Amino acid sequence: MALPVAAAPPVRRGPLPWLLLRLGGVVFVLWAVATVTFFAIRLIPGDPAEAVLGGPGSQASAAALAQVRADYGLDLPLPLQYLHYLGRLAAGDLGRSYSLREPVGAVIGQNLGGTLLLALLSLLTAAVIALALAAWSTRGGRWASAVTWVLEVVSAALPHFWLAISLILLFSTTLGWLPPVSVPGPAGLVLPVLTLAIPLAGFLGQVMRESLLDALGSPFVLAARARGESEAGVFWRHALRHAAIPAIGLAGWAFGALISGAVVVETIFARPGIGRSLLSAVQLRDVPLVIGVVLVVALGYMLVTTLTDLADRLIDPRPAPTTAHRGRS
Amino acid sequence: MSRPAVIVAAAVLAFLVFAALFPGVIAPGDPLAIHPLDSFRAPSFAHPFGTDESGRDIFTRIIHGTGASLTIGLSATAIGVGLALILGLLSGLGPRWLDFGTTRFLEVLFAFPGLLLALLFIVIYGPGVVTSTIAVGLATAPGYARIIRSQVRVVRRAPYLEAALVLGRSPAHRLVRHLLPNVVGSLFVLVTLGIGQSIVWASSLSYLGLGAVPPAAEWGAMLSAGRTYLGSFWWMTFFPGLFIVLAAVGTTLLGRGIQQGTRLR
Repeated sequence: MALPVAAAPPVRRGPLPWLLLRLGGVVFVLWAVATVTFFAIRLIPGDPAEAVLGGPGSQASAAALAQVRADYGLDLPLPLQYLHYLGRLAAGDLGRSYSLREPVGAVIGQNLGGTLLLALLSLLTAAVIALALAAWSTRGGRWASAVTWVLEVVSAALPHFWLAISLILLFSTTLGWLPPVSVPGPAGLVLPVLTLAIPLAGFLGQVMRESLLDALGSPFVLAARARGESEAGVFWRHALRHAAIPAIGLAGWAFGALISGAVVVETIFARPGIGRSLLSAVQLRDVPLVIGVVLVVALGYMLVTTLTDLADRLIDPRPAPTTAHRGRS
Repeated sequence: MSRPAVIVAAAVLAFLVFAALFPGVIAPGDPLAIHPLDSFRAPSFAHPFGTDESGRDIFTRIIHGTGASLTIGLSATAIGVGLALILGLLSGLGPRWLDFGTTRFLEVLFAFPGLLLALLFIVIYGPGVVTSTIAVGLATAPGYARIIRSQVRVVRRAPYLEAALVLGRSPAHRLVRHLLPNVVGSLFVLVTLGIGQSIVWASSLSYLGLGAVPPAAEWGAMLSAGRTYLGSFWWMTFFPGLFIVLAAVGTTLLGRGIQQGTRLR
């Protein structure tokens, strides 16, 4: 039975049934996303064949329209089109982009790497900043705690475009240290990565700080101190592990924030990536490309949430309560 | 706790609300009046935030755009919370199959993370102020719905609801007088935080050219117009952006402050 994702079972299942449940959930959500997108796109007013040929202004001939309809399978009845669409998707074929006249899979393939690199570096930078802020605020006394609180809340609320503009004005226009557009190489990555990382660090910092404070006041930290564990040992070995759990739970959300941010950041810094492809596809109403990017992002989201659930099972130091009772090893 | 920060945030928000209600008091000029000879003036005493490509005073335009921008943020939040309330109540109060269906539906919506749902909506209905506002509301709804659902499930088992049932109150009475106030009360902080996020998202869409359109004195639209001149005339994008930041940071600080205040009590 394909019981979908967050139907979190009240008991901890063994690894294999859990994995099967999760995979079933992933397949269900992907199918639903594909179906929702397919039928949502039908709500677009106007003739899709005309859109292929450059919109209503193109004054395409009847013969050309008929040709396009036959090429793209638009002359078939809707249920049949839907089945063809699902069949092609299952085979990994995302169709052809209207605006670029290239297979959507190829367009995404060319752009995915850049976005992934940007997102990963930003996530890493954000985690380092958040960790530093959280560590400082838990040890630096009242003053440090108040300052980091404001810093975190403010940076979490900063819009990407304004941050990007301000960073460009400061580091490119005024100081001339870094290029205002994303040139190849590490120098071109600094500003885009900072733009994405700063708001994310604010969110992560808020979450981690609360759970760090929780952990530092808990009996297991007291026990560790009583055993003679050093302050650093308490922080790194005990409290941090506890604090990482809620932060990891945010991963799905963080993925969404990074992708949305990538749309803005890649556009401002003229950096190739799927965020920028998505925006231009939205502006040109390039339906196959929009669907393709949406599906890839949804797949990425499902991957991230599944992996984080897995990581959660591995990191969570609390023992699994039910396995022993159910006689499973 | 950072009480000074929260007080500053409340003051900033009060200023913005005043500007939205009485823009003429703060900036008496006409936000749409063009003075071609004064185009692209840098910030000065006469034009504190400079002028744009048609010589319009940016400070005046920002103040007069406050109403529109705050309205977009508030409407988007209202749409998101409204949709979420329907979904959350259906899921939290309905029979098991309805809860199951709604939860699965929300999971599917969650797989369109962040702005993705909003962008998909804009592809279908085209860019514009109204569509981008609805799009932002739609994109924020799943997050609220999940929280409302869990809140409803806690409240529905509360003793006071059982008491109302025993006293023979009608279902409508129990829903409106007992359940909703307790669910909505806990939403207050969330909504305060959400308004800031909605303003940021709506203005991001405007910045990308998918929301409000340039001649209008609206923060996002001004950003979009200034984008072309970013390299040479920074004040055209910096100051409208600054007000978006003020609104977003203000609502967030206030929301967090209230959250901490209520938790300490």
